[in-house]
Amino acid sequence: MAALSVMTGGGSWFLALALGVTLLKCLLIPTYHSTDFEVHRNWLAITHSLPISQWYYEATSEWTLDYPPFFAWFEYALSHVAKYFDQEMLNVHNLNYSSSRTLLFQRFSVIFTDALFVYAVHECCKCVDGKKACKELTEKPKFILSVLLLWNFGLLIVDHIHFQYNGFLFGLMLLSIARLFQKRHMEGAFLFAVLLHFKHIYLYVAPAYGIYLLRSYCFTANKPDGSIRWNTFSFVRLISLGLTVFLVSALSLGPFLALNQLPQVFSRLFPFKRGLCHAYWAPNFWALYNALDKVLSVIGLQLKLLDPKKIPKASMTSGLVQQFQHTVLPSVTPLVTLICTLIAILERKTSF
Amino acid sequence: MEKWYLMTAVVLLGLTVRWTVSLNSYSGAGKPPMFGDYEAQRHWQEITFNLPIKQWYFNSSDNNLQYWGLDYPPLTAYHSLLCAYVAQFINPDWIALHSSRGYESQAHKLFMRATVLIADLLIYIPAVVLHCCCLKEISTKKKIANALCILLYPGLILIDYGHFQYNSVSLGLALWGVLGVSCDWDLLGSLAFCLAVNYKQMELYHSLPFFGFLLGKCFKKGLKGKGFVLFVKLAGTVVASFTLCWLPFFTERAQALQVLRRLFPVDRGLFEDKVANIWCSVSVFLKIKDILPHHVQIIVSFCLTLLSLLPACVKLTLQPSPKAFRFTLVSCALSFFLFSFQVHEKSILLVSLPVCLVLSEIPFMSTWFLLVSTFSMLPLLLKDDLLMPSVVTTMAFFIACATSFSIFEKTSEEELRLKSFSVSVRKHLPRFTFLPRIIQHLFIISVITMVLLTLMTVTLDPPQKLPDLFSVLVSSVSCLNFLFFLVYFNIIIMWDSKDGRNQKKIH
Repeated sequence: MAALSVMTGGGSWFLALALGVTLLKCLLIPTYHSTDFEVHRNWLAITHSLPISQWYYEATSEWTLDYPPFFAWFEYALSHVAKYFDQEMLNVHNLNYSSSRTLLFQRFSVIFTDALFVYAVHECCKCVDGKKACKELTEKPKFILSVLLLWNFGLLIVDHIHFQYNGFLFGLMLLSIARLFQKRHMEGAFLFAVLLHFKHIYLYVAPAYGIYLLRSYCFTANKPDGSIRWNTFSFVRLISLGLTVFLVSALSLGPFLALNQLPQVFSRLFPFKRGLCHAYWAPNFWALYNALDKVLSVIGLQLKLLDPKKIPKASMTSGLVQQFQHTVLPSVTPLVTLICTLIAILERKTSF
Repeated sequence: MEKWYLMTAVVLLGLTVRWTVSLNSYSGAGKPPMFGDYEAQRHWQEITFNLPIKQWYFNSSDNNLQYWGLDYPPLTAYHSLLCAYVAQFINPDWIALHSSRGYESQAHKLFMRATVLIADLLIYIPAVVLHCCCLKEISTKKKIANALCILLYPGLILIDYGHFQYNSVSLGLALWGVLGVSCDWDLLGSLAFCLAVNYKQMELYHSLPFFGFLLGKCFKKGLKGKGFVLFVKLAGTVVASFTLCWLPFFTERAQALQVLRRLFPVDRGLFEDKVANIWCSVSVFLKIKDILPHHVQIIVSFCLTLLSLLPACVKLTLQPSPKAFRFTLVSCALSFFLFSFQVHEKSILLVSLPVCLVLSEIPFMSTWFLLVSTFSMLPLLLKDDLLMPSVVTTMAFFIACATSFSIFEKTSEEELRLKSFSVSVRKHLPRFTFLPRIIQHLFIISVITMVLLTLMTVTLDPPQKLPDLFSVLVSSVSCLNFLFFLVYFNIIIMWDSKDGRNQKKIH
């Protein structure tokens, strides 16, 4: 009884929050799941039943492997638990297989791997300290941060309803951020490099990481007013960072380099053939650009400035995933998007 | 109240849990020809919409009473009629006479689940929030934590949103009754309670404490003056509300009698299926149903029920107070559950509601009782494929109670309200100091037994000769727990006023 009272005593609000949201995730098991469910089942099947040389070539299902190798290994590890739930889900030809045991396994795998996310949030909370002592639990910054992260409804909906593994991946990112805060820069860099090889979309934040590590880790001391002391640049530290990233990348891409499959892997990872916007437009600048193009083409047709025969019907709004040509405005190539992104990032960097 | 936003968050969390539980299966899903309670409710919408009132409770070619005939009072029928009008607007196929029998579809399930949510939101949840806001002598944070725990009580969620019933309406109305009567709005309170009884006749389990409390209030005000006026007003309210609900059935004597026959099926027998009460548990060893003739069974059941609840009710009438009222509701409903006729396992919810109301006063024992009450319905929940939501909601409830009330620190004599009882016993047995420790050990044994039985029922197959072994074990273990709670609550009630007197002596 004493042990139980200690467990449920005062400072255990974090445990209550974590357990509470985990139980909510269990209640979400019978909800709707999207095609991403089949995507991950397919990847379980591919990594389990086929040799490595086939992983990035396999195309029986339309949901081909398009995440970096570490994620493939992650699915491989999961598949060894999956075989105890339902062997049939590991068959590559069982498209859209979703028996109740498959569903249970997949949902539980997301819930279970979220443990890393919970740990990372705990580490982040250690780095957050309220400036004034707050008596009220709901006013403590640690509590607020924990609630916002652990009970993040966007993450709950995407991970536990739609079905993805973002919790686990965000856990890695938060953990690397926490390590940077705790001045354990090498660990932070290592964790981020690992994360990049799990899901390459985190390249979005790679420039920020790069500049931060360069400034805070490679320059070992600051002037009294906080600005850079240029002569404290440590080449050793720069080299060690580079070596970390290189070793992680070697571990990840090495086997595919040896098999001469790098071009294939990259074409899977960066599918420019999929077009400027996905089937469902992300709310970014190019969505506005497309919308403007659409509006202008409609106006053009009304005012008889454009020839209807030359315009493809419902080109970008049909929900298909392919490359399109813009009708009125100039078409956008991948190089253009890269240049625009770099200009936007550099603008921020100059003020840093 | 301050921190209204926290209370809103708690209510929203309660609603989220309810809606996610409703995604699961319901009673009788995909099981022709009889299906289950879900089909019964749909059938009542069909009957009340398509047939005139005079035929609702009678057997006819259009209304086969053997197939889920109406056996709740008129208010349930009116509620079904209201839902039927909405169903007619959305899709008439759902309630078409005869052809909609056994109708099952995703859209229909959504509709039915929505009707439960709306009824809950309009009646039960506001009552719970108001009850928590009106609690005295505790901080706002504790009031909100109290609301969270009551709204997370698994038994009601699983039966209403899983198995499929409308208990939140009758329990909500009864709760409004308790609130009204406790806050001295006696007429409104008794009106609400009459509506509750007219929704489900099982609410009669709560009727004696209501009667005792209100009678006690009348006595206190003096039978010759204000008390008599209050008595007359209350009687008038009760008669008026019953008349209003039963009006269409008072046109012919046969109508009223038939409804009563449907509500109180005395020819059905002492118990049906496995239920955690005395009769079912004793019949494991002694086949009472075969030994005693039918009318003797009724008399024995009646006498035992009355004997077990009389002391508490008499005390309530002599010393009415809101606190005593709540505790008497618990013991009275529990007595009915354990000893009465034709009790169903879902009737434990009638005991759980008053226990939720005393959660803030004896958190440890209340949490324990509410866990056992959910466990006692395990066979029913397993039949409806509700294992996952049961386990998850039970764990959530336990965590919520444990962190909100720090229940494991509140197991002293004082906190278990057993102080005056222990003091009285110590006059004869000076060494009687071990009561809290015994109770703690009993709790651990009880929880371990419940967990083990759950695991066994889920993983193992019962032996060939004893196919009902696990259901019988579950109901017997629950019955033992309930008997313990009956004794405990009666001790609290009977030794209660001495608590106040002792404290006054010391100071």
